[in-house]
Amino acid sequence: MSGPGGPRSDEPLLSVQHLTVEYAVGGKTLSAVSDVSLAVGRGETLGLVGESGCGKSTLGRAVLQLNRPTAGKVTFDGTELTKLEGEAMRLMRRRLQLIFQDPIASLNPRRSIGDIVAEPLIISGVKDKAERERRVRDVLSAVGLDPDQVRGRLPHEFSGGQCQRICIARALVLEPELVICDEPVSALDVSIRAQILNLLEDMKRRYGLTLLFIAHDLAVVKAVSDRVAVMYLGRLCEVSPTEQLFAKPAHPYTALLLEAIPLPDPTVKPATNLAVGEPPSPLSPPPGCRFHTRCPKAMDVCRQVDPPMRPLDGGRAVACHLYD
Amino acid sequence: MSGVVSGAVSAPLLSVEGVAVELPTPRGRLRAVDKVDLALAPGRTLGIVGESGCGKTMLSRAILQLLPKRARLEGRVMFGGRDLATLDPESLRRLRGPELAVVFQDPMTSLNPVLTIGTQIIETLQAHLGMDATTAFKRGTELLAAVGIPAPGQRMRQYPHQLSGGMRQRVAIAIALSCEPKLLVADEPTTALDVTVQAQILDLLAREQQRRHMAMILITHDLGVVAGRTDEVAVMYAGRIVERAPTPALFARMRMPYTEALLAAIPKLDSAPHTALPAIPGRPPDPTRPLPGCSFAPRCRYADELCGRAKPALEDPDDAGAPYACWHPISGARTSWSASSP
Repeated sequence: MSGPGGPRSDEPLLSVQHLTVEYAVGGKTLSAVSDVSLAVGRGETLGLVGESGCGKSTLGRAVLQLNRPTAGKVTFDGTELTKLEGEAMRLMRRRLQLIFQDPIASLNPRRSIGDIVAEPLIISGVKDKAERERRVRDVLSAVGLDPDQVRGRLPHEFSGGQCQRICIARALVLEPELVICDEPVSALDVSIRAQILNLLEDMKRRYGLTLLFIAHDLAVVKAVSDRVAVMYLGRLCEVSPTEQLFAKPAHPYTALLLEAIPLPDPTVKPATNLAVGEPPSPLSPPPGCRFHTRCPKAMDVCRQVDPPMRPLDGGRAVACHLYD
Repeated sequence: MSGVVSGAVSAPLLSVEGVAVELPTPRGRLRAVDKVDLALAPGRTLGIVGESGCGKTMLSRAILQLLPKRARLEGRVMFGGRDLATLDPESLRRLRGPELAVVFQDPMTSLNPVLTIGTQIIETLQAHLGMDATTAFKRGTELLAAVGIPAPGQRMRQYPHQLSGGMRQRVAIAIALSCEPKLLVADEPTTALDVTVQAQILDLLAREQQRRHMAMILITHDLGVVAGRTDEVAVMYAGRIVERAPTPALFARMRMPYTEALLAAIPKLDSAPHTALPAIPGRPPDPTRPLPGCSFAPRCRYADELCGRAKPALEDPDDAGAPYACWHPISGARTSWSASSP
C-alpha cells in the first residue's frame, strides 16, 4: 500500500495482515501469534483481550517490530514496517509508542523525571534545550503532574499511579500517532485505575491518538474501546464493535470471558461450571479450532477444521463453525 | 467491644479485639492496622476489601501470627478460646494446618520450588496427621483431584515450575485444605490469575468451604469478588475498618462514602464505551503521617470542616448490624450494577 500516491485518509492507520510470530523453544516451535489480520482506523481505539499467553502482548510488540514477525506484514500509514530496517525504523518509531504494564519497572530508577521524559526528544534529535524543556513541561502538565514539583525527583518517590502518568508523558512527548497500551492499568488499584483510564481518554482527544489497548479485563477494555478483538492461543476469535460484542458475544470464548467477570452485585449469582480448565500449551495447540477443548458448543467439525475468520452483520467478524 | 458476630447463632470461632500493628520504618512508625475488631463464626465467610496499603494483609498476618519480627502487635486474636498472640511457637505450629491455614496471592511464596508437589503434600499430612507415606500419597492424590487437577498421580511427581499459575494455586489450596482447617485465610488468592481461572478458583474455595463447614476470610481489592461469595464484608481504609455489613446489606445500602467511591470506580459492563469513570481523586494518606480527622476526608466529596478535625468512630447507631465510621453517611438504595447477561 506504500504506493507513490501516498496514504489515503480513509485507509486504516494500522493494518496487520496474516501476521505470524514464532519462537524456537527447546527444539520446538511456539507459535505465539498465528495468521492474525487486524486494522485500526485513525482516531480509533481497538481493544485486544485474551488470557495470559494468548499472544496479545506479542502481537503488540510485533506491530512495533520489537519482535520480528515470522510471516505477514504490518503497514502503518501506508508504510510497510516489516520492510523497514535500521535508521528508517528508528525514525518511524517516533510515531508509534508503547506503554507497559509495570510503570515502576519501566522507569530508570537513577534518572530524574525531567530527564526520563526528555530522553525521547534527545534521541529523536531535538537539539534546542529550551524547546525540550518546554515540551516536557507541557506534557507533564497534560498528564496531571506539576512540572516544577516533579521534574527533579526520582521514580521511587512516586506511587504506581503517578509512575504510570510519567510513562504516559514519556510516550506522548514526541506526539506519536499510535500508542500501544499493554495492560496499562492491570498493576494499579481500582481507584487509581479509573484515574489512568480517564487520563488515557483525555490524552486521546487532546493529541488525536489512535490506540491499541491490550488487556485481560473486558470491563476495562469496554470503558475505552470502539471495537474489541478477542484472542485465544495465538488466533483471533472475534472482532466486533464494542457495544455489540458485550450485548451479544458471537464467539463462545467471548461469552465465557464475559461470564467469568465477577460483578459487584450480590444479587447476581456468580456463574459456575465455566468452561473447565485452562488454555492448552501453545507449544502443542489442539487441531481444528483451538478453543474446542474448552468450548461448551464444540462439534465434530471443530475438532478437525480450524474455522476461518468470517464477516457477520454490523461490522463484526468471527472465527467459529457455529456460523458455517 | 462492638465486634458483630457474623452468623448470629454460633459463638465466634475467631474474634479479633482491638488489634493494632505497628512497623518501624526509616520515616517513623507506621501504624499499618489501627484498632480493628472483627468476629467470624464457624462456616462463615468474611470479605476484607481495600486498596494496596490499607492494612488488609497486615491484619491477616496478625490473625495468622505471621507478622514480621519487628512488628508490634496490640490487642487480642482469640481463636477457639485461646489468644494466639500468647501461644509459644510449638503450640502455634501445631495449630497451623489442622486449625488455621492460609493461601497467598502468589502460590510460589508457599510452594518449595525444589520439592515435588507430592513431597510437599505428603510432608504436611505426615507432620500434622501422622499418616504413613503410602496413605499420605493416596490422600494427596485424592486432594489434588478434589481441587480439580487433571492427572493427579502424575502431578504428584512434578515440580511447581512445571505447572501453570492457576494449577499452582490449586496445589496451594489442596495443601491448605489437607488437614481440614477450621479457618482458611485467602489473601488475594486470585489476583495474579486470569479472569476465567479466577472464577474457577473462587468456585473451588466456595465449594470446599461449604463441604467442610470451614470459616474463611477472603481478602481482595475487588468488590466484585466479595459480592457473590461472602456472608459479610469489612471495608478497610488507612488501617481501619471504615464499614462492615452483611454482604447483601452492604451493596443494597452502603453508608461510607469510601465504599461508594470504590464501587463507582469499577468499570461497569453496562455503561457505554468512553463513559468517564468516577475516579477517586488523590491517593491514600501516608501511613507514617496519621491525619487528625477522617483518613478519607482529603479525597471525599462529602467532607467538611468536622471531617478534617475529628476522627469518626466505627459505630452502629441504627443497631442494624452494619457499623460505619463517617460523620456524613450516605443514605438511599444504590442502583444495581448488574450487566446485561450475554
